[in-house]
Amino acid sequence: MRVTKRVWARSVLGLAASVAVLGTAWAQETLKIGLLATLEGPFAVPGQDSMRGADLALKQKNGMAGGKKIEFVKVSSDATPDKAVAATRKAVEQDKVPIMIGPLSGDEGIAVKNYAKTQPNITFINGSSGAQATTLSDPSPNFYRFNTEGAQWMVGLGEHALSKGYKKTFLIAEDYGFPYSQVQGFMASYCAKGGKVVDKAWVPLGTKDYASVIAKIPKDIDALVVVLGGSDAVNFLTQYEQAGGDKPMIGGSITVDQTVLNYKGKRRESLLGTASAGPMADSIDSPEWKAFVADYKATFKDGFPSPSLFAYLYYINTKATLDALDAVKGDLSNGQKAYREALQKTNFKGPAGEVKIDANRNGVGTTYITEVTKAADGSFYNKVVRTVPNISQTLGLPEADFKKMGLGSRDVPDCRK
Amino acid sequence: MSAAYWRRAMNTAAASAVRPLPTAPVATAGAPIDGSAGTPRWLAWLMQHIAWRHVLVLLGVLLYPFVATPFFTYQIGAQALALGLIALSLTFLGGYGGMVSLAQMTVAGMAGYMVAIFGSSSAAAISLGWPWWLAVAVAIVIAVVFGTLVGWLSVRTEGIYTIMITLAIGVAFFYLAQQNYTLFNGFQGFNKVFAPSVLELDFREPVPFYFLTLGCALAGYAFVKLLVRAPFGAALQGIRDNPRRMRALGFDVTAHRVAAYAVAALLAAVGGVLMVWYNARISPGTMNTAAMINILIIAVLGGMRHPIGAFIGAIVFVLVQNFAIDLLGAVGRERFNLVIGGVFLAIVLFSPDGLLGLWAKLRSRLDPQSPTSNQRRRLQ
Repeated sequence: MRVTKRVWARSVLGLAASVAVLGTAWAQETLKIGLLATLEGPFAVPGQDSMRGADLALKQKNGMAGGKKIEFVKVSSDATPDKAVAATRKAVEQDKVPIMIGPLSGDEGIAVKNYAKTQPNITFINGSSGAQATTLSDPSPNFYRFNTEGAQWMVGLGEHALSKGYKKTFLIAEDYGFPYSQVQGFMASYCAKGGKVVDKAWVPLGTKDYASVIAKIPKDIDALVVVLGGSDAVNFLTQYEQAGGDKPMIGGSITVDQTVLNYKGKRRESLLGTASAGPMADSIDSPEWKAFVADYKATFKDGFPSPSLFAYLYYINTKATLDALDAVKGDLSNGQKAYREALQKTNFKGPAGEVKIDANRNGVGTTYITEVTKAADGSFYNKVVRTVPNISQTLGLPEADFKKMGLGSRDVPDCRK
Repeated sequence: MSAAYWRRAMNTAAASAVRPLPTAPVATAGAPIDGSAGTPRWLAWLMQHIAWRHVLVLLGVLLYPFVATPFFTYQIGAQALALGLIALSLTFLGGYGGMVSLAQMTVAGMAGYMVAIFGSSSAAAISLGWPWWLAVAVAIVIAVVFGTLVGWLSVRTEGIYTIMITLAIGVAFFYLAQQNYTLFNGFQGFNKVFAPSVLELDFREPVPFYFLTLGCALAGYAFVKLLVRAPFGAALQGIRDNPRRMRALGFDVTAHRVAAYAVAALLAAVGGVLMVWYNARISPGTMNTAAMINILIIAVLGGMRHPIGAFIGAIVFVLVQNFAIDLLGAVGRERFNLVIGGVFLAIVLFSPDGLLGLWAKLRSRLDPQSPTSNQRRRLQ
């Protein structure tokens, strides 16, 4: 009996102590921000790196914004939109976050934007998703995207290809939303300035055998436009080389990455000069970018040799989120009205150019045109050859012209003849 | 053990087909209804079959949305019920028919896709925009036909080969949906497939949608409970236990199995319609291999011996999926899949019959007299 009593007394004491400890922890006001990325499934590795990008932005502010301690409520999806919405809903409705950052991939972004409409009092900020439709068709007034999207990333590459004398090209790309956007970004200016894309081959994501596509490539083209990612790109390159192909290439934003640059085949040398474009490049020669890379390397010993595209995009979106909180001193009252005005006014110099948004709350930013170059030590890297600043979501076209063209799809745009 | 039971069932239902066997001690699952004067038959039947625990559970699920937050009503409650309904189709097939099919999520996905294609969605070029009730009816019919065809293909196999062939069909349909653009809209699938509003009742709201799924789940549960006691269900269990003997007795084993697939397809199709409304969208990812296996996990987790197992499994599954990430604050939230795997492994390790088996073990330990032997569970 006495033992039970003692145990009882001790547990009460212990409970009181833990409440006290927790209480002091809470006394310093904490603001929860939801953070969604893909920690499982095919994009688990990029997802992890995107979390690093967000953590870095918070670390640079010493974990504080708007006078409050910021706590990330991390949730995960497996790159399927269903899971992204479920995870977002959990953070918003169960963990009660007032601000939500994410998701990572394009279709997830569209699904989360549709969910955002049902939660008008919460502010949603994109992670790294880059589908055009998220902010172009039926946008949600509380969804912000500070990064540019897949089509914007390719603007300027068309002119660059023409300047290299590629007048007739054959296109091969994966058959889903992101490559559609990329192809549109390339073709919008390429076609307008007189280039011809004689045919397009849309292959399913994860295609292993490209023999039938390679057989279709006409002899009289000047270059190939290859918008494939990861293992698809490597598989295509290998098989194209084995089939004796020798045309120069133009790549998409995720085509010529480290996996492709480390490619060991005979045709390795022919990769030299391959042009591609994206919202950032490993070799940007600006103090902001160098500081960003140095900070990333110092903070994350287990990270990549250089921050990935995803880390960069999550970084600028998180930074915009926190800066706006500072601007309103953490005031989220009145349906976050003041906070959203501050978000709209965002304009800072990010690691890779200006970060600001348009009236649809979509990023207007810089694109980097790169070419594969040989470094002094013999390794290949993407050298920045041109920067194209201030690219809007209409790809530099007047809005009416862009609307007439419509969003990128398998058949839009078209310039065969 | 259900041998005695199906024998009795055959004696009444298939008397013309088989010569009555000398009646062994008849194991009655529910005692025969006594038509004592005073109480009407239906009331007597109800009192016979409905115990206090049923009333308690029913009250619990009816009152749940009024005490729970919208998040718990929608994402936990409604999702668990819809997933449970799809898992119920597998429990019915596996527990009563002895056929483990991985393609139940595919059947559900087919129904979901058909709702998107015949109803309205963001892909205006493909969706036909029919009224929701017509779209749903057509979707369920097509999914049932599809599920029956799957059954017709796979009944000629047994055990692990059934799993393989249904897995193959599921993966094939996944790739078809992912690569076909004229009908399934490829990788992107369909967005904005919203639940309808009926008589000012908007089923997109958590509470109405919860009651919609609850109604479907209860109907599915009652349907399975009744069916497994009907002659068809009894014959199905006989086929599960000894197909050769049933064939010798004059039953068409293949026809019964295909019919079981059709019934399971109906359950999965209704679950699929609920799932597409729940997500308000569908794409190949909704029914990829991981989703197909999730249904198997749910069914095994709950226990395949009783239809309630599917729903118990679904509740545990949804809770773990949603909250595992909160349990690992210190270790790092990235590792939450470890918790999910660990929980499932522990349950299966300690009770091969899932949570129901755990419950039965607990009961027989606490009260050795209680009739919780397998036979009873199986026959309920």
